[in-house]
Amino acid sequence: MLSPQTPETKPVKLSVRNMDFRYGEKKVLDGLSLDIHAERVTAIIGPSGCGKSTFLKCFNRIHEVSSAVKVSGDMQIDGVDIYRGGIDEVDLRRRVGMVFQKPNPFPKSIYENVAFGPRLFGVKDRATLDGIVEDALRKSALWDEVKDRLKESATGMSGGQQQRLCIARALAVNPEVLLMDEPCSALDPIATAKIEELIGELKENLTIVIVTHNMQQAARVSDYTAFFWLGKLIEMDLTERIFTTPRERMTEDYLTGRFG
Amino acid sequence: MRHFDTELKNLRDGIMAMAGIAEDMIELTIQTLAERSSAKADRVNELDRQLDEWELKLDQLCVDLLALHSPAATDLRLIASSLKIIPELERIGDHCCNIARRAPIVNPPVLPEGRLERLGQETRGMVRRAVDAFVGHDAALARAVIQSDDSVDELYGQIYRELLRVMLADPLAIERASHLILVIKNWERIADQATNIAEEVLYILEGRSAKHPYLRGNAAEQ
Repeated sequence: MLSPQTPETKPVKLSVRNMDFRYGEKKVLDGLSLDIHAERVTAIIGPSGCGKSTFLKCFNRIHEVSSAVKVSGDMQIDGVDIYRGGIDEVDLRRRVGMVFQKPNPFPKSIYENVAFGPRLFGVKDRATLDGIVEDALRKSALWDEVKDRLKESATGMSGGQQQRLCIARALAVNPEVLLMDEPCSALDPIATAKIEELIGELKENLTIVIVTHNMQQAARVSDYTAFFWLGKLIEMDLTERIFTTPRERMTEDYLTGRFG
Repeated sequence: MRHFDTELKNLRDGIMAMAGIAEDMIELTIQTLAERSSAKADRVNELDRQLDEWELKLDQLCVDLLALHSPAATDLRLIASSLKIIPELERIGDHCCNIARRAPIVNPPVLPEGRLERLGQETRGMVRRAVDAFVGHDAALARAVIQSDDSVDELYGQIYRELLRVMLADPLAIERASHLILVIKNWERIADQATNIAEEVLYILEGRSAKHPYLRGNAAEQ
């Protein structure tokens, strides 16, 4: 974990400036500015409805299925604007993968779940696909558990396995950023510990942004923590600082359960 | 009130109770020393036992709070610092016992009237103000306590040199004077304990260690 004693050496991967998000008349995110560093885990915390998940979705534009949505301000990946920089949204979603609250495997075999993305991007060669599937399943710490039943349906797996399968599915297209929206909220403590361990391993090559309602999870897995309230960024700092000496009274009150 | 808040209040109240006992012990120790008798030394020992009991109880409470409530921010700092303040208070009690048991030995007196009492009173004042800073969330007072440690150190040095002169002048006073050197060392240590408590109060209030200012700017402090 990053500490105040070690200066940040990783470049900014995702940069957000003066970003607003409107859904119809309603302003869901209000004037957000923050930087997310490569190969770090950034946790977003805050009460329900503060815009955490919405914020996450803006990074790969999956909210664009709704026409009522309007995003203004700047959001960049590697210095290129996500909305106006001419980035192809399908390619963006390959670079910026996402894992959701509830595991949502396709009703297909374990193998086909992981091979789905690479196939979509044109990989046809069986040996290449096998290699990608094995690699992704190894990275998601699932290979040893499923290598003998790759043809079985993914829906027969346990919740924790399904969630790791969803991570493998995201990893199979070789993303640069992984967005995780409360990835452990439906899992038991053992499955949660596995995912958390996995986050620690994956961040060596990936930028991870995780939304969580579990304060201790944010404390355990993240290098940076951002506290959102009513669509605004109240405070962002090293996780160690946020959990020991937050600067803002609101952060303090939220962390100590004396909010509102 | 949430259960956690009740327990935090119990912790603060417990520390205040310990501090109250420690202050009573210091007062009794000053009297015992002035009277050079063992009459009140038993009472000092009794109170020391109470402090020890509190220490065990509050240590356990801190560990329970950490284990069961995953505290953060101010709450975390209060509990972490309590784990350091509690043994400081307990040590104050031990030092008082050390001083009080020497009271009958140092008769007849080798120092002018009131000399030792002044050191005792200065030290008592530091403990009182350190505890007040904890109770009243008073950072300025905590800083004042840390600064006043120098004047106790100076007083300690003066009396120490005085005792050396007494020993050089009168070999028959050597035993009593050497006991008194231990007594003033104990007072000086109590003042250090008050300083340590004040440093913890600053950590609770400001989230930055007030210890070892000479290291500031290095890795330990940013």
